[in-house]
Amino acid sequence: MSQVTLKVDNLQVWYRTLRGDVQALDGVSFTVGDGELVGLAGESGCGKSTLGKSLIRLDGRMRHVGGTVELDGKELPIGDSERMNGFRFKEVSIIPQYAMSAMNPTRRIGRMVAELLESRGVRFEGQLNELLRRLELVGLDPEVLERYPIELSGGMKQRMVMVISTLLNPSLLVADEVTSALDVSNQKAVAEALVDFRDRHYVKSTIIITHDLSLVYQIADSIIVMYAGKLAEKAPTDTLVHAPRHPYTRMLIGALPEVGVRYDTKRLEGIPGSPPSLLDPPKGCRFRDRCPLAFDKCAEEPPFREVAPDHAVACWKAF
Amino acid sequence: MLRLDHVSKSYRVGTFGGRELAAVRDVSLEVAPGEVVSLIGESGSGKSTIGRMILRLTSVTSGSITFDGTDIAGLAGSRLRGYYGNVQGVFQDPFSCYNPIFKADRALELLRQPYFPDLDGRRWRAKVERSLEAVRLDPGQVLGKYPHQLSGGQLQRMLVARALLLDIRLLVADEIISMLDASTRIDVLNLLGDLKARGLGIVFITHDLSLGNYISDTAVILHRGEVVETGPTGQVFDQPRHPYTRSLLASVPQLHRKWERNGHPVREPAGEGD
Amino acid sequence: MSGGPDLQEELAAATPAAPPGAATAAVAGPAPRARGRGEVLYFARRNRKLVAGLVVVAGFLVVAAVGPLLTDHGPNDYVGPPSQPPSADFWFGTTTFGQDVFAQFTHGLRSTFLVGVLGGGLAGLIGMLIGFTAGYRGGVVDEALNMLTNVVLVIPTLAVLLIVAAYLRVRGVVPEAIFIGLTSWPWVARAVRAQTFSLRTRDFVDLARLSGAGGRAIIVREVAPNMSSYLLMSGILLFGGAVLLAATLDFIGLGPTSGISLGLMMNNAVLWSALQLGMWWWFVPPGLGITAIVGSLYIMNVGLDEVFNPKLRKL
Repeated sequence: MSQVTLKVDNLQVWYRTLRGDVQALDGVSFTVGDGELVGLAGESGCGKSTLGKSLIRLDGRMRHVGGTVELDGKELPIGDSERMNGFRFKEVSIIPQYAMSAMNPTRRIGRMVAELLESRGVRFEGQLNELLRRLELVGLDPEVLERYPIELSGGMKQRMVMVISTLLNPSLLVADEVTSALDVSNQKAVAEALVDFRDRHYVKSTIIITHDLSLVYQIADSIIVMYAGKLAEKAPTDTLVHAPRHPYTRMLIGALPEVGVRYDTKRLEGIPGSPPSLLDPPKGCRFRDRCPLAFDKCAEEPPFREVAPDHAVACWKAF
Repeated sequence: MLRLDHVSKSYRVGTFGGRELAAVRDVSLEVAPGEVVSLIGESGSGKSTIGRMILRLTSVTSGSITFDGTDIAGLAGSRLRGYYGNVQGVFQDPFSCYNPIFKADRALELLRQPYFPDLDGRRWRAKVERSLEAVRLDPGQVLGKYPHQLSGGQLQRMLVARALLLDIRLLVADEIISMLDASTRIDVLNLLGDLKARGLGIVFITHDLSLGNYISDTAVILHRGEVVETGPTGQVFDQPRHPYTRSLLASVPQLHRKWERNGHPVREPAGEGD
Repeated sequence: MSGGPDLQEELAAATPAAPPGAATAAVAGPAPRARGRGEVLYFARRNRKLVAGLVVVAGFLVVAAVGPLLTDHGPNDYVGPPSQPPSADFWFGTTTFGQDVFAQFTHGLRSTFLVGVLGGGLAGLIGMLIGFTAGYRGGVVDEALNMLTNVVLVIPTLAVLLIVAAYLRVRGVVPEAIFIGLTSWPWVARAVRAQTFSLRTRDFVDLARLSGAGGRAIIVREVAPNMSSYLLMSGILLFGGAVLLAATLDFIGLGPTSGISLGLMMNNAVLWSALQLGMWWWFVPPGLGITAIVGSLYIMNVGLDEVFNPKLRKL
């Protein structure tokens, strides 16, 4: 990749709670190239949603503890919500989880879009043609702008939010679990729309956050797997799925039932145990307690290092 | 063992109940002892409604549901309790299945009075522990805890343990693993497979075809309340005949097959070698 | 899937047959803490509104319990020189008839609390009964109970009370409490019904049904405990509302015909021109008393809302 859109360097974002700080994101570094569609996969509690949210808006309990984020060569002031206002929606945008409920139920959709654009100092009339063109691309009728959100189905609402979030052609789009609540047929439409947006340069680069590896296999150029607040592996999609190097990635792929695999012919295995508590994370490799390949060097935390071009792993056994 | 005959369910909607919404239309199916039947469909297909009707949580508008030949619609009082001793259900959201203000094992305790009033404390505890071990839970780790202190997978397994306390013959599993993580899903699925091997019949309700394929003997594909295709699982998935089944299979993301659009894969491979 | 079979073998060779759940380092998230009682009491102790309100109401309760024992004469006995300002003998002074205002105040407090508990309690009982039944059963039962609720809501209570007063020449505190109870319940019924509706669709209620429990058992054991904070707060509001309503009725002369209460004191004070005559000690204590009690109850409720609702808590 010649140009780099996003550069994250040793990012640390913690949550304040009654019992102390939950180290949700603990030193994460990676880059996203121009035009790249990166899948960020992992199970619940691994920090992927925190990463997505911290790129656009830290909510009240989150704290930017360390590390930097650079977008198109400029530093993103993620800790400073006021200064981030200049970047949000225009340079970096998000499609939130539960986009179904992201729209104001008492406003007609067209009016809501107009208000949103005006809040960013953009005139609605100037964007109308582009808006209509994009609605057509995702398969929505222009008259949807006259409707209230409750009149739309889940898939339609998700696509509507996608169009709204990308209206000002942001450099980076973060899609947070956008397909989880949808039916299978809607999932495919939304996922394909994400690819289309990138292909037509509505969006430069995209980060897709999901727990569904098979979905992200279909559309992402490369995949990052996270575990317990740290990166486990990053590789081009086909490499990661067919030749993964990190034991967690392998076990995760091994636990996915596929059409054609039956219980009595080939029994799949899960991963015993559960992720460590991030209130007081263990020293050394965080996957150590559940890893069948763990040995004494794992008491020291493995760095996230490249083992092949564009393929980085955090595991002593993989080096 | 369980038999649905032309079962339909419709709701009255709209102001003054003018319109009728048919959630389930003329569905017939059978579950034999030790058989796993998957009800596969998207939202709005009526699969959850069928599950609820089997569990007598919702009434049947027309048609009949019989268990061992007896129509379940007429059961009440102690006969209904007897039915629940044979048929139990586990639902999608493990956290909402437990009353949040009580400890999790209360869900098991609730069965003691109606079904095992004569068991003394020690024998009851032994029975509970055996049930928990059958679902591969460590009693010491899950008893005496509140629901929010346990993980989703543990809570789901505890619900299965609760059903097993009663020595049931049929389990209705309604999307029980969709809210679990990938690594725990397969454990719960394997558990269901083991139980089936011991003779338990299961109605497995899901929207995820790969899950349905993994453990079921018979697949029933539902669309808008109607059965569009049914048959042995392998057959339905290998040679789908109904266009809806085919489109469903084509839309499911799979790790060994790429989606295609107009002849090209949706994602153009980046061109790097492995 | 390429690489599949050898991955499985490699992992199978490396993995001992460990039962899932055995290697659980820390269960889903931070260390478990006792939720429920412990946490509620912790926040309750630190909430200033709750504590302040509680202290005030408790103070009045003590006065109501102990006060009448401090005087050996009744509240309506003529014991002293008329129209005396507060003095060492009569702490709150005397009325135009020479009755001890302090004795009236303490006895009045008792009857005020009695009306509050009886009236508010009765209203709460009826409201909960109707609300739970309507919310759980739904359908025709719900429609019928709704109609009943709406009718009672719309009845002009004052007009009815006037008619009742015309028939019952002699009235005591208990009939007054019953009347208040029979007319104040609609809002409770509505709120309880709404919450029952939403709780009824939750999965744990379904699970209770699958355990063979009947409707009544489910309401008592599953639904009501989940609403316990709301029921407690409603109870407090009903109590305060009953006190206020009783004082109002007494004040306009529709209260008990015998005995004494704070409202009656104020009624008498106005009837006998205490304001014009400058006898502030006759109406200020009861007025202040009612304001303080009802106000503290409402403040307690606001505090309780903060305690029960995690989102309103200040960390």
